[in-house]
Amino acid sequence: MALTATESATSVTDSFGSAVALSCRECGARYDLGPVFACIECFGPLEVAYDFGRITRESIARGPNNIWRYKALLPVPADVEDLPNMNPGQTPLVRADRLAAELGLRSLYVKDDSGNPTHSFKDRVVAMAVEAARTFGFTTLSCSSTGNLAGAVGAAAARAGFRSCVFIPAGLEEGKVVMAAVYGGQLVAIDGTYDDVNRFCSELIGDPAGEDWGFVNVNLRPYYAEGSKTLAYEIAEQLGWRVPDQIIIPIASGSQLTKIDKGFQELIKLGLVEDRPYRVFGAQATGCSPVARAWENGHDVIQPVRPDTIAKSLAIGNPADGPYVLDICRRTGGAVEHVSDSEIVDSIRLLARTEGVFAETAGGVTTGVLRKLLADGVLDPEAETVVLNTGDGLKTLNAVSGTGVTATIKPSLGAFKEAGLL
Amino acid sequence: MSVSVRVPTILRTYTKGQAEVTAEGSTLKEVLADLEANHSGIQARILDDSGRIRRFVNVYVGDEDVRFADGLDTPTPQGVQVSIIPAVAGGC
Ligand SMILES: Cc1ncc(COP(=O)(O)O)c(C=O)c1O
Ligand SMILES: [Zn+2]
Repeated sequence: MALTATESATSVTDSFGSAVALSCRECGARYDLGPVFACIECFGPLEVAYDFGRITRESIARGPNNIWRYKALLPVPADVEDLPNMNPGQTPLVRADRLAAELGLRSLYVKDDSGNPTHSFKDRVVAMAVEAARTFGFTTLSCSSTGNLAGAVGAAAARAGFRSCVFIPAGLEEGKVVMAAVYGGQLVAIDGTYDDVNRFCSELIGDPAGEDWGFVNVNLRPYYAEGSKTLAYEIAEQLGWRVPDQIIIPIASGSQLTKIDKGFQELIKLGLVEDRPYRVFGAQATGCSPVARAWENGHDVIQPVRPDTIAKSLAIGNPADGPYVLDICRRTGGAVEHVSDSEIVDSIRLLARTEGVFAETAGGVTTGVLRKLLADGVLDPEAETVVLNTGDGLKTLNAVSGTGVTATIKPSLGAFKEAGLL
Repeated sequence: MSVSVRVPTILRTYTKGQAEVTAEGSTLKEVLADLEANHSGIQARILDDSGRIRRFVNVYVGDEDVRFADGLDTPTPQGVQVSIIPAVAGGC
């Protein structure tokens, strides 16, 4: 029997690569790797702790052209590339010279994550959750979602052979609903806000009915959230192994921003990039800006709000990682800023017109905040800056409704000339 | 006032594994004190040293997050459902 126990313990460890434990971000308590997510002592979020071996730029460069090139830095097995997964990542870092010129910046890049398999950065996090769900023997993949995550879970579950059942607030953008449903899993709309959906999911996980359910952002969250680190690794590698001076990241729960910072810190500790200061800026929509408000008021505690914004993918009124966003922006000399719905729409158009990148509302938020912080003199126009576009504009077409054809004409040269378009 | 309290998995060691228990009190503060009287140690997991709700715990009375209401002074009418839920990040 002892042999069996040892064997299974070893195999779980192997499934998580160099990850060795879960540790509480608040109090440091450590736990075995398992499908748990909150600290028994203080309710703090658990996150993956590692014992990294030697990792070099060369060993990374030998890896595949997707997030698995960083597998040595993630809680995944060594043969992860051979398992059925969506294999996201290696999205373009677009050199945004025309947008930079228009805004008066010296050096600007757009990290365009709309290029992932289901057109948002969520494929990165879900890819990690799928591996953890496999290891823990879950049969259903689930989540609470404002749409992008629902689509990413539906697709990944289809490919990896899980049943899926995902929960969204009613009234999301049609593009997101269709993308979440088309993969054939169950899609349940809940009459309420995202925060209500989240609460429902947390209760389901505590009920015997939810026993073999892997909720990617609840009981699989510690693994899931690590996927966002790959954005930090990719940006640094694409810049020639350098952390940018300034980066602008959208905030919903604040998880992505927190993990991008964790990724940069790891690269510095491992000696993969030079240890230079970088500034992290958080971006919210005015209609859901609890973190930006806490920032403005100098608070450490985030007062939840009821969201009202077109940026539904960022509409989390009660952002669990908000306090960490405040810590990180303070520590790095950054800030948290917000922009109105009309600024979001203008910024979607600006990014599309100058760089050919069609962002969903979240990308309008980051671009809008970039513009605002520059105008306010908060960002350094001389510093190398990266702005994230985390999702695809095709999913939020309504935001730019009214954009349409320049003219409708008869198929003749005469008609074209008459329309005065030459 | 008797209310039912939904207990998250990580606190069930205090309730002998029960997912739901009843408690008495006309405000959240009283309900938590009564919970503590019957399940010793549980209150210190929910409240911090200065007696405030820990920042990674969400407490609901009915469908209302108590931070939108009166916090620990939120009234708990007869038969209402109180839920204690760990905060969860990520999920848009
Ligand atoms: C398009 C998009 N961008 C950014 C985020 C940021 O989310 P979080 O701060 O919860 O990691 C989300 C939601 O998760 C999203 O859907
Ligand atoms: Zn803890």
